[in-house]
Order: sequence, then structure tokens, then C-alpha cells
Amino acid sequence: MIKTIISEGLPVDEQLLIRKKVIQNGTGPKRICIVTGTHGDELEGQFVCYELTRRLNENLRFLDGTVEVYPALNPLGVDSVTRGIPTFDLDMNRIFPGDKYGHLIEHTAYEIIQDLRGADMVIDIHASNIFLREMPQARINVQMSKKLIPYANLLNIDFIWIHDAATVLESTLAHSLNIIKTPTIVVEMGIGMRITRDYGNRLVDGILNMMRKMKMWSGPISKEISKPMLSTTGDVCFINADVSGIIIPSVSHSVDVKKGDLLCQIVDPFEGVILQNILSPVDGVVFTLRTYPVVYEGSLIARIFSKSACIEDL
Amino acid sequence: MKQEILFQMKSPYRDDFKIQGFRFGEGEKSVAIVGAMRGDEIQQQFTCSQVVKNLIELENEGKILPGHEILVIPSANHFSMNINKRFWAMDNTDINRMFPGYDKGETTQRIAAALFDEVRGFKYGIQLASFYMPGEFIPHVRMMDTGFQNVKLAKKFGLPYVLIRKPKPYDTAVLNYNWQVFDTQAFSIYSGDTDTINKESAKIAWFSILRFLNSMKIIDNKIHDGFNSCVLSDNELETIKSDQAGILYNLRGAKDEVKQGDLLAKILDPFTGAVRSEIYSPVDGTIFFAHDKPLIHQNTLMYKIVKF
Repeated sequence: MIKTIISEGLPVDEQLLIRKKVIQNGTGPKRICIVTGTHGDELEGQFVCYELTRRLNENLRFLDGTVEVYPALNPLGVDSVTRGIPTFDLDMNRIFPGDKYGHLIEHTAYEIIQDLRGADMVIDIHASNIFLREMPQARINVQMSKKLIPYANLLNIDFIWIHDAATVLESTLAHSLNIIKTPTIVVEMGIGMRITRDYGNRLVDGILNMMRKMKMWSGPISKEISKPMLSTTGDVCFINADVSGIIIPSVSHSVDVKKGDLLCQIVDPFEGVILQNILSPVDGVVFTLRTYPVVYEGSLIARIFSKSACIEDL
Repeated sequence: MKQEILFQMKSPYRDDFKIQGFRFGEGEKSVAIVGAMRGDEIQQQFTCSQVVKNLIELENEGKILPGHEILVIPSANHFSMNINKRFWAMDNTDINRMFPGYDKGETTQRIAAALFDEVRGFKYGIQLASFYMPGEFIPHVRMMDTGFQNVKLAKKFGLPYVLIRKPKPYDTAVLNYNWQVFDTQAFSIYSGDTDTINKESAKIAWFSILRFLNSMKIIDNKIHDGFNSCVLSDNELETIKSDQAGILYNLRGAKDEVKQGDLLAKILDPFTGAVRSEIYSPVDGTIFFAHDKPLIHQNTLMYKIVKF
């Protein structure tokens, strides 16, 4: 069953529609929600929604509870290759929890929160942006880590990043839900404007694995569930460009690197010269890697998870 | 006046990105003024350019008072303005969501860090700001209720209104908030428009800045006192939202005085031209904000009215 949770008029012969697919079976009281498409250029979650729904439809007898799938919280953005909310130029993930009496966008955010409120788990799937590729990972606010890490461990991801509380992040969907005691895990994986089928399949395996532990799923699950690294057992190193130019990568994403390994070069195509050799400052795993070739000073090149502390200079 | 390059960054193929500052006088860091931080803030850029023009004239006449330094930064994002983008040209991030910045972080964090490094430590900070909704405002001074705000000072701009609003979580990363946290009295001036130049409202804004500088004895430039500002909080404004979507036919705009029951606008069916909705004022008052684009979504902010 597809339910419409938002229907508001657009100027010419169209409604802004936000819809969810409700898949229910048995008498189990548990409800999980899969949400994605908050940023219109992040599409990895589209495959997850499709594949999870397909598997549940084909094996409905194993489900005992309710799974709700929200493939596009920002349908205007998804359908027009726009990261923010078209016409308002707003980042939708900075307006939660919204406002019951607010204008269209604030009211929409409020209604989304009300619809998700009370779920036993919400998985909020993101796909980085068009610049960076991310290893499948959960991002969890340190204040929620005790409750959420056990669930994130089930999701068949590679990394759990526990981040500090930042006031600006209080306006995200995940934070707004967590503070009303609706547990929500942000999953980041892949890259904007693309679908990485392998990552999508892995996360669907992970969601079913989590559902099994929640006693919502008695069907088959993958035998190869990844055990993620936890960021608190090491350090996350950020590597930014010192100069503007074009990057030529030297390593692949998700690989182990040694301190001093060449990650990429920033080059000047006019002069045919290398402007900067970017070396790994530590031994570790490249869990974020820039794929978009044009960089300015400061552009993020990579994030490396290391068991040792990050150092500023080699 | 000293024209300085405050920040410079190479681009792969475009000309270098530069933030230019115009420094007047010497002495105590008295006022920093920041114009366009978004690429569509053309009214803000224009207003700031007029402030620079006036300060150059005043300096030539010896009317910048001794012991004061004034820094004006008309543009911090012309890389976006030159290509008709609102946010940063490369990654669409908003410089005014990056303060206080981070000099080892991403590009816009570095720009914000460089900008903030230049403007922090001033006694007063003035930003020419814009609103994310399309529309026209009554010129006003806006302050965040951080506990550090000084309403008496805000009234010295002599604009019709001073609006105080509660900060939201994202506000902690804007320039105004960080100025206040770092002991600068910060004011955002809303002159009414953003992506078009309205010379009348721009003039009100640059005159208000000159009035403030005169009042603080930073310049000697006597002009009329302006308005005895009415101080408001955001929740005191009457909000009117659209009950239909369609073509907006505005009958009344910002600054208009209205009576309860006055017809403010009509929303028309975009196919037949039939009137879908008539929007009436629920109160006597002055229109503080009016949506001014020809198309309107349902449930969208149309008017904010100051009640009499």
C-alpha cells in the first residue's frame, strides 16, 4: 500500500507529493522506516528501497511487523537533479523538526517527523555528494552512540563514525528523531548521482539482519555480515587540498594505505606540472575519497581511519 | 582609504578569487561592514559600494573622526555572483553557514575563516543580509536574541523597525551570531531586495549605516535622525500563508498600511484565470514582508504584518 503523507499545491497543475510504501504482515508491533532522498542528488538509497521492497514482496510470509519505505523525502529535488529543495534553495536536512504552523517547507518537515515518530528504528540513507565516494558507514552522534551502535553493528557496513555533537546538526532529520526517542541511524555510502549496486545489496542484507534481531524477520539472511570498524578505536584523519587544480588519483577507494603512500596528485594541465603530491599521513583505511577531479584550496581529498593518531605534517 | 586584498585563492581556470577590503581611518577597530556573501545579493553589493563611495568622500573632507578604523568588504562571493549562482560556485555550500570558519577545512570554511579573521575584534559589525524566501521587506535591523544583543544601539540606525528573533540551530554558523559570541555588537540590515537593485531601499540602507556611524561618533556626517524604530519580535508579526497555489496577483506590498478586511492579493488558476483565493488582511497594520514572485505554492508565506 502506498500512502501519501504530504500533498500541497504547486503553482501550475501539480501537487507536491511525499509518499511512503507500507509493507505489513503478521501481528508483530515493530515498525521500521527506511528514508532517503532528502538530498535530491543522493540516489544510492533508491536501489535499497527497490531491493528491500522486492525481497519483502517476494517473501512476505517471513515478515512479522511493518516496514515503511520513503524513497523521496524531497521529490522535487530527486526528479530534477537538485540537491536542495528547488525554488527555495534550502538544504532539507537543515530544517527539521519543522514547524506545524510554518510555511510549506517547515510544515512538510514537521509532518515528516510526525509520520516517523514512534518507529522502532529509522534508517536515514545518504550518498555523500557528487564529489566524494564513501565506504558504507553509519554516522552516529556521540550522545546517541550507546543506544545505536548495537543496531549499526548489524547493518553489514564497514565503519561506524561516532561524531561530536554540533549545534548546527540539531536541525537534521536524524537528530530531530533521536531526541523524540525515535532511534535513527544515518547511513552514508557510495557517491552522489550514482547507484553502487554492491553497496545497496549489502545494506539490504544488513537491514534484514537487523530485522531478524528485532524479531521482525524470520526469512533467510546473508551469512556474510560485515563487522564494522568503530571510529572511537582510532582516529579520523582529514586530508584537504593545499592548492587548486585537477586531481589524478593514485589509490582506489576503501583500500589500506601506509603512511607516506601517494594518495593522489594535484596537477596543472596548462603547465604539465605536479602542484602537490598528497601523501597519506598515517597507516589506515581510505573510507572517503574524492572522485570529482576539479579541486580548490581546501577541497576535501580523503578521510582515513587510522588506529594511530593523525599528524599534521609528514 | 586603503584597498587591500584580504584573501586570495587560485582557481584551476578562472581568475584568482579575491576578497577585497576598503579600510578607512586608523585606531580602534570600530566598524566592520560586510556586503554580499551570496551570489544573488546584488542589492547588498550595491548598497555596500555606496557606503564605500560615501566614506571615500567623507575621508577626503576629513570627516572620518580620528582614532577609528572602518573596514568595508563589499563582496565575499563574486565567484558565484559572476555566474548567477547563490551559493559557492564549486560545491554549492553557503559561506554564511561556515562561521567562524576553519582555515584547514573545506574551501568555504577557509573563506569564512579568512573573512572572520579580518572582521572579528571590531566593536560593531554590520552585515547586509538577505532572506531565503522571495519577497520584499520593510528596511529593518535584525538581531538575534543571544543575550548579547543591544537594542538601543540597533535603534541608532533609524530604520523603521528593529526585529529580534530567536536563533535556530543553523544560526550558530552564521556571521552575525559568531560576531556576537566574539564580543562584537552585530547588526544585520535588510534593505528589502536581493537579486535586483532597488535604489530607493538601498539608499535607506546606506543612509542608515552612515547615520549609525555618525551617532557612534565615528564619522562627522550629520543627516536627519530617521525613524524612532519600533522594536518587534518575530512572533509579534501576523503571518499570512497561501491557502491555494497558482499565479499570484499582488494588490498590496511591503510598507503598505492596511485595514482589517482589505484585499491584499488574489491567487489565480493558471489555466483559466479564475480566482482561486482572495487574501484579506486579518488585522490593521503595516505590511512588513510581502512575497513578490508571480507564482506561489500552497501553504507558503505571503505576508507578515505588523499589527497596529
